[in-house]
Amino acid sequence: MTPTNFNTIGIGIAFSPNLKANIYEASRLALRFNAKLILVHVGKRTTQKEETLKSILAPFKQEQLHYKVLYELGNPVEVILDTIKQQKIDLLVLGALKREKLVKFYVGSIARKITRQANCSVLLLIKPSVHRVPCKHVVVNGLSSPKTSATVAASFYVSHTLEAEKITIVEEISQQQVQVKVDDDKTLRKATIVKERIRLREDYRVKQILEDIPAPYKENVQIKTQSIFGKSGYSIGHYAQLMRADLLVMNGSDKHTFWDRFFTHDLEYILRELPTDVLVI
Amino acid sequence: MSPKEKQIQPFLKSLPQNIFSGFVVSLIALPLGLGLAMASDAPPIAGIITAVVGGIIVSIFGGSNVTITGPGNGLVGVLIVAITTLGLSGTYAAIVVSGVMLMALGFLRLGRISDFFPSSAIQGMLAAIGLIILGKQFHIMLGHKIVRDNNLAYLLEIPHTIYQSFHHTDVSLTYAAIAGVASLGIMIIYPKLRNKYLQMIPAPMWIVLLSIGFSYYCELVLGVHNLIHPDYMIHDIPKVNQIIADIHLPDFSGISGFLFWDSVVSLALIASIESLLSIKAVDKLDPLKRRSNVNKDIKALGLATIASGFLGGLNVVTVIARSSVNVNNGGSNRSANFFHAFFLVVFIVLFSTQLTRIPLPALMAILVFTGYKLASPLNAKEILLIGKEQFIIFLVTLSVTLTVGLISGILMGVLVTLIIHMFIKRNFGFFFRYLFVPNVLMFKEEEDKEDSYFISVKHFCTFLNYYKLKNKLEAIPETADVILDFSMCEFVDHTTMESLNNYQDLFSKKGGNFDITGLDMHNTDSVHPFALRRVLPVAKMLRDPNFTKRQKLLKEIAAQYLLNYYSRKRKEVEFLEHFNYFTTKQVHHICNQLSNIETGIHVFDVEYSEGEFIAKEVIRSTMLHIKPQCNIPTFTLDKEGFIEKVYAFAGFKDIPIEDHTDFSKRFYLKGENELEIQEFFTDDLVHFFESNPYYHIESNGKGILIFKKERLAGVKELKALLDYGKRLKVCIETSSKVYSTENQV
Repeated sequence: MTPTNFNTIGIGIAFSPNLKANIYEASRLALRFNAKLILVHVGKRTTQKEETLKSILAPFKQEQLHYKVLYELGNPVEVILDTIKQQKIDLLVLGALKREKLVKFYVGSIARKITRQANCSVLLLIKPSVHRVPCKHVVVNGLSSPKTSATVAASFYVSHTLEAEKITIVEEISQQQVQVKVDDDKTLRKATIVKERIRLREDYRVKQILEDIPAPYKENVQIKTQSIFGKSGYSIGHYAQLMRADLLVMNGSDKHTFWDRFFTHDLEYILRELPTDVLVI
Repeated sequence: MSPKEKQIQPFLKSLPQNIFSGFVVSLIALPLGLGLAMASDAPPIAGIITAVVGGIIVSIFGGSNVTITGPGNGLVGVLIVAITTLGLSGTYAAIVVSGVMLMALGFLRLGRISDFFPSSAIQGMLAAIGLIILGKQFHIMLGHKIVRDNNLAYLLEIPHTIYQSFHHTDVSLTYAAIAGVASLGIMIIYPKLRNKYLQMIPAPMWIVLLSIGFSYYCELVLGVHNLIHPDYMIHDIPKVNQIIADIHLPDFSGISGFLFWDSVVSLALIASIESLLSIKAVDKLDPLKRRSNVNKDIKALGLATIASGFLGGLNVVTVIARSSVNVNNGGSNRSANFFHAFFLVVFIVLFSTQLTRIPLPALMAILVFTGYKLASPLNAKEILLIGKEQFIIFLVTLSVTLTVGLISGILMGVLVTLIIHMFIKRNFGFFFRYLFVPNVLMFKEEEDKEDSYFISVKHFCTFLNYYKLKNKLEAIPETADVILDFSMCEFVDHTTMESLNNYQDLFSKKGGNFDITGLDMHNTDSVHPFALRRVLPVAKMLRDPNFTKRQKLLKEIAAQYLLNYYSRKRKEVEFLEHFNYFTTKQVHHICNQLSNIETGIHVFDVEYSEGEFIAKEVIRSTMLHIKPQCNIPTFTLDKEGFIEKVYAFAGFKDIPIEDHTDFSKRFYLKGENELEIQEFFTDDLVHFFESNPYYHIESNGKGILIFKKERLAGVKELKALLDYGKRLKVCIETSSKVYSTENQV
């Protein structure tokens, strides 16, 4: 699952008002990553649909974009998951929905299911734009998990390709790890010391991960680490929103047990309310 | 010296002071204990037992420092109901079980249960308790004992009792009424007399001393038994051996009944709420500024209540009035609580016969006074000032508590608050949708060496989820700098505002700094600082602004620094044009301006946006603009590595300044005219930048723009910014003079 390269980029399309913007974003990405673009539509093939796509993709065709449009019938989740396997898609782009009135973004149940089960990277766009909005600040999780080093590596790869200027690695440390409950001045002092110690340890861990990143990727980008004591999976989303990050990179979830549906964990908080564009590795 | 000795020495040193303070407190605790027990229909000695057991157990196992424990006002209402329905022995059983419940709360770390109730509802409940106490005891105070079956009836009969007191057929009853009114007079006048010697003895003790003195006067001088009717005297103060002989054992036979559990829950709830409010209030008074361990204290109170219930006492709670007397008299640790219990025992052992000489009306006057204090119309007025909706919550809780009961009252208060919040927000699903989602982010800003915490709250913050924010706040040392940002939060209620205000006080007391930002755009209905705040789609433009605390502080700063303060939004932002920072951004307006045209200094909050349409991001940030009276080149100066803000300058490279490699290493200096800039950066200016904190500095040739972070600055940060700007301006002006004179030479 370590994405050394995004060679094939897929996009699930629905004929929604955001269609053009979504395709523009995906096509730009495909050009940037020098990848093949595969457009998957779950629905019947009609000439009208074909025409629309053709006109949208015309400017990219001039720029030598290789693309393929697939029309499939069936359950959207299954179809897209199958296509990912068959076409060997490395990165799937999905447009998220906007909740009207509140102007908040959330992932529909289809996108959510795909994100949970896909065995490739998934990019969720909350505000696709026809004109390119530069990606300046990337926030990536630095959880202590075996997947993290791959995720951090991938985020450097992506940031490098997108010419991002700043990467912040956020280590979320859950309250349980502190183990000291704050009751009075004495316990507060103790807790503060323990937190500082954990913070240094986490910083060291992240530094180790950073050492393995190839040097060219680290050039021209400002690297920052930030440790946050809080609910893991939630804090990073809030932080990304607060810092107005352009992209949030997260570890993919690896557990799909029955219990996960009841106890929201890591990724779920972010999927519930997308703080910014999210890339799940 | 071993650490243990280190602890013991100051303890011994402060011991005499604590013994004295304990003594003074016991002087109040004695009459109050008797009175509260009698008001609850329990034997008077039960109040003393409560105070003694509480004082001893909580002083040993407790987690707070200067609190005093004993029988509480709040429980009177519940205890009356319990004693009438369950009988005395049954009530003792309920007290024991409620003690177990309190301990459980302590172990489950739910000590902060009172945080889950809206503060106006708690106020309403306390006022109702005050009215219950006042209503019942008022009649006894005027020598007109009556028995009614509900609290309202007692209150409604007050005018009749006043009329009655002038028409007593029995003179001894008139004397009783006179004793009551005189005592009430003492309670009212006493706080207004600032005589040092008079204040040595607390008012309740004066009442006790005077009434015992009067009784002796009757007996020894007038030769009569006592002028006051014998029914209105305390009779059953037993001797110590009697107390031990007839301990009422709790009777657990009613344990399966609903009424029993209703009493238990009410007792535990009120005991925990009253104790927590007191502990919180007393912590503010603590001269050593310690933080109480609430859960440990609740456990100790629970244990003490269990013991007290078995020994024939009432619920042990932390009491505010006695605790503040303790602090005022120099109590500095828990030993004061212990000595207060000790002196109570001494009083009972030595003077139990003298205590029967106290007339009941005198004792009840003390309670009428405390009841009035709880239900004071001033409290209601204060709540009305905060907002009409808070007053509705207050009134509903008050009336339901009076007519139905405590638990129904507080639950009704919660319900009404919820409905009012939904109504004000004009959205019914909003609160439920985000209720169980985490909404607080806290992190330490690591760019500065100082302890600086940033907290951001999303969605809404009301009594429902305030504990989440509170948990984070509790984990911050009070000496740190905190910025609490509500700009992503759409709704902040009065309970939160009030509690945050307490935090602000606490932080400023302990040397920290607590700033709240992002509330300037929220609307309120009143001008009170604790008013509920929410973001509405349509702003009420015509209404006079309710200044937030930050805005008020800005106004103060303006006065200190001889600047003009203007809070409203302004669209005249031409002066921000031609700054590189704003080339890719759209400035909407500026507000909260602090400016002085003569000195050319101007601080303001600016709202601007990046991107357009759905990619649009609105940002609010505090900046400083200065206009030096000399020519300046166009340049941008920033911390090395801080690329994201200078991307608009792409193509320019870092301009080196001669002989200042360290400066060039630490700062990024960019600009079009390299030569001019190099000349402009004189040694003095370079030294200035090197020796001061980092700021992002930009010049557009006419003025200089200075800011630190892309967010609103706290008051402390703003002051630092202002100071920096002032000094920079002076530095630039003097160094440019040198530079121009050099050129002339």
